[in-house]
Formats: sequence, C-alpha cells, structure tokens
Amino acid sequence: MTFLLGSGAGFSGDRTDAAIPVVAELIRRGQPSALVFETLGERTLAAAHRAMRDEPDAGYEPLLAELLTPVLGDCLSHGITILGNFGAANPDGACHVVAELAERAGFPHTRIGRVHGDDIRAHLSNLDLQRWEAENRDLPGEEALISANVYLGAVPLTEALALGAEVVVTGRVADPALFLAPLVHHFGWAWDDWDRLAAGMMAGHLAECGAQVSGGYFADPGCKDVPNLATVGYPIIEVEEDGSLVVTKPPGTGGCVTERTVKEQLLYEVHDPANYLTPDVVVDLTSVEVRQVGPDRVAVSGIRGKPAPQRLKTTVCYEGGWQGEAEISYAGPNALARAQLAAQVLRERLGFRAPPELRTRLDIVGLASVFDSDAGDLQRTAIGAGNGDYRLRLAAEHAERRWVERATQELLALYCAGPAGGGGVRRHYQRRVCTASYLVKRSDVEAFATLFEKRSEYHAAS
Amino acid sequence: MPPVELTQARLAVDGGDPLADGATVPLHRLAHARAGDKGDRLNLALFAYDPDHYALLMEQVTEARVLALFAHRGASRVRRYPMPGLAGMNLVIDDVLQGGVNGALNLDGHGKTLSFLLLGMTVAVK
Repeated sequence: MTFLLGSGAGFSGDRTDAAIPVVAELIRRGQPSALVFETLGERTLAAAHRAMRDEPDAGYEPLLAELLTPVLGDCLSHGITILGNFGAANPDGACHVVAELAERAGFPHTRIGRVHGDDIRAHLSNLDLQRWEAENRDLPGEEALISANVYLGAVPLTEALALGAEVVVTGRVADPALFLAPLVHHFGWAWDDWDRLAAGMMAGHLAECGAQVSGGYFADPGCKDVPNLATVGYPIIEVEEDGSLVVTKPPGTGGCVTERTVKEQLLYEVHDPANYLTPDVVVDLTSVEVRQVGPDRVAVSGIRGKPAPQRLKTTVCYEGGWQGEAEISYAGPNALARAQLAAQVLRERLGFRAPPELRTRLDIVGLASVFDSDAGDLQRTAIGAGNGDYRLRLAAEHAERRWVERATQELLALYCAGPAGGGGVRRHYQRRVCTASYLVKRSDVEAFATLFEKRSEYHAAS
Repeated sequence: MPPVELTQARLAVDGGDPLADGATVPLHRLAHARAGDKGDRLNLALFAYDPDHYALLMEQVTEARVLALFAHRGASRVRRYPMPGLAGMNLVIDDVLQGGVNGALNLDGHGKTLSFLLLGMTVAVK
C-alpha cells in the first residue's frame, strides 16, 4: 500500500500555514502517512547554539509552536506521524513544547520520541576526525568550540517509531532521513536494500525543502511562470513498497509540480550525482528519469543505491567574533556619484579609525552587490544610471565587538558629515558563529531513541 | 518533454532576436538553473528548456568558462557532471562563497542568487 510523505516546512522561517492543506489532503486520502518539518540548516543550527548560549531554555526551532499548532491535533487523531528536526540544539526543550501543545489539543498521553547521539561536543577531542572534502579550515581550539553535531541517519528515528512515537523530535539528522525513517518503518525495508533506501532518501531529498519542488523558488516571470505562488502547495510524495515514487501536491493549492520543478530540486545541494552521500546509503542519480504522469504529478525512477559511507559528516560551530552591517540610501539626481563618494569617505575613515585587521566589504546595492566579490571587482566596472536609487552597505567583522560597532557608527555618521541627501540608515551587529565540516567514524557515533518523559513538575501543574 | 515555447514575454525578458543560427544569447534564453550551497562550495544545476540544446550547453558551458565567470570571487575549481537524461548538468564550484553562509560578508552568504550570474553567460546558437 502506498505511503504518503507530506512536507510541513522546508527551512527555519518557512510559512507556518503551509502544513494545513497538506494534512487535509493526507486525511482525505486516508492512507498511511507522515508529516515532516525540516527546519534545521547549517545557518539555523549555528543560530540555535547562539540562542542557547544566551538563554539555556532556547535553542530549539523558534517557530515550533506556530508550525505545529494548526495541525497537531488533526495529525494525532488521524494517525499521521510527525517527524521534525525542530529540536535543533535543544531537543529536550522541543519535546516539552510538543507535550504542552499536544495536551492543549486534547492529547495528554501523546508518545513523543526523542533521538539522541548527534551531539558529540563532549568527546570531540578524542575522536578520529577527517576534514570534509571541501573544508579548508583546521578544527578550532577548544576555547572557541561551541558545538559539534553529527548528521545522523534514519536508524534511530525508526527506533523511535518502533517505540510507538507519534511525534519524533530530533536535533541534527540528515534532512532526508526524516522522510526515509517512516518508509523503512512502514515497509520493513532492510538496511542493505540499497536501491530502496536510495529511493526513500531521494523522496526525502525532493520534499525536504518544502515548496522548492512544487513551484517555490522557481518562478521567473515570462520564462518559468508559476500559478498562485502566494498559496503554493507543499509537496506530498507517494511512495510504493518497491521504491517507486510520485511527487504531487494538495489539490486546490497554488504552485505546480512539473518535470522542470522536480529536476531543479533533484540536484539541489548535490555534488557528484553518481555519489550523493547520505548517512544510510550512497545515492547514484546517473540513470534517474523524471516523467510527468498527470497534472501536478511527476514520477521519478531509476534511482540506484550503494553501500552507506563509513564516515558521517559533522558540523562544528565555533566562535567567530562579531559581525555588523550598516546601510544608507542615496536617490535621485547624481545619486550614484553621491553613493560612491560616501563609500570613498567611509573607506578613508576606516583606514585611520579602525585597526587593519578589521575585515570590511562595501556594496552599492543597485549597482553591484550580491554577485560581487568582497574586494568590489564588479562595482569598479559596473555601469549604473547616474540618477537611480542606490543603497551603500557596509559589512564588517572583527574578533572584538568595539571595532564592529565603530565601523557601523562611521556609516551612521555619514548622515551629517557625508555627501548630500543620504537617508534611511539601519545598523546592527551581532556575535557570529562560524561552522566547519568534518567526518567522524560511524563506529564512534552512538545514536538511539527514547520516549520523552514529561518533567514531574509538569505533571503536578497539569 | 514539450519543446521550448519562445513566447513574446521570453523575448522581452532577454531581448534580441528569435533563436537563429549565429545569434548570441544569454544562457537564460535556453536554460534554467538553481543554486545550492554546502560550506564554501556551490552547486549550480543547469537544465536546457529544450533537450535539443543540451549538446550546445555541453559544448559552451565548460568548466573553464564557468571558472572564469566566478574568478573574481576566488573560485578555485569547477567540476562539471553531465546529466544527459535530464538534459542538464551539475556544476560544482569550490571556494566561491568567500566564507559561506556563516562566514561571508556578502549579503547573500549562501550564494543563492548566483544561478542567475551563470544564466547571464552568453552562448552562441549554431
């Protein structure tokens, strides 16, 4: 029997009403199904660790309650398993929130599974580490180290499901493993059935970024038009026991599922398509076929699998000093020359008001920015209209907060002391957390699942 | 897959003439792309709208040309993985994000916008 995988979120900060039509369709179909919230990127894990350092009860997905509240009761009452990496740096904190939300929705005895073992910070220094292939940086010193989390595979998640978990809370796991786990649990696939594991992993890969497979992040007006993007439907993947799969979305939603939307997502964040590394299987996409089989229905076939790698990827977060940004706008007659003069003044000021190791970058938004290098190569040769609408942006980084503050303050001072007509200054600065990637031996990682037990004081309160 | 529809809107977006032999057009006319990042490494998945243009992409969107396009950002290496079954290719570019999502000073630390830097590359229709 077909198993349905629904996506409720594809990143931290995703739409919090996206899961509603997905769950409605899963209920309407009445087939075995799971709903997955993928909310943990390299950026968000760093943010979670930073949040937890300032406030020990934080560190899980900040939008957790907003994401779950609209659908939790419906999922629990219809047997739709929920899985999410919304535990981030603090899975226990997330479990507490889920327990409270379930209680409020009328399900006080909800079984919440919690996956352990991704956090290897405590014994990192004793492990045999290799650099990930595209990593140039050495492991930071112990004093700078904030966290180290392994990308776990689907095995401990299936353990949670075997314990009867209705909601599975994880920290760092490979994103598609959130989708593979309920498939393995449902179909009873073997852990060396590489082709099926690969197909299940790719079902997860296609759905893990939410709308990115169903018309989100795709529209290019006049070239790739997408209907009703404001109400884009998040994906549902239909998976059969033999690993064949169809990508679709809830009826009545916006967006589209076409060969083109599926192809773009198929290779998203993939490097060598013959060896897409995941914790549970190495996926080979070289024979993959993508075929439209109906309106908003695309079949993906030909996915092959190879034995799982011996090492697992680990993200290490460490202190990165301070980073700040500040911006000011110039518009109307001669705006470009005024913005360029402002940049020149700022460069000159920072030359004697800040230490040489202050790392800075200046963009003129409207002339050259996101495509440019830190050195501003494109900005020097770009041709912009003299009287446009430009925004000078400064970014600065230093180990000490005071120099980043000083740099952004120098931009603020352009108000009164810079060129004519500058306005709309915004400035902010924050601690920066850097990340680097390493590989650990699979045998050094001990991953397992438990059922979450509510705190006794929580029982007392309820 | 249906043939590419060269609508008036498409022509208005990129300008120039309809696809005639010898015309030079932005890649954006012939292909679509998506960027993804891991650390300081970027991948650009590029697909021909019309599978008949796959050979042209393979001939002209070379590792050397892509490396040159991203040279100002410090790109150190480009590897190209042809995907003929999808009428596309995966381009993997190392050291192009100047620090990556948690280290870059660029507004777009992920490099998400860079798929459209690639699509600005010109190709000659033969």
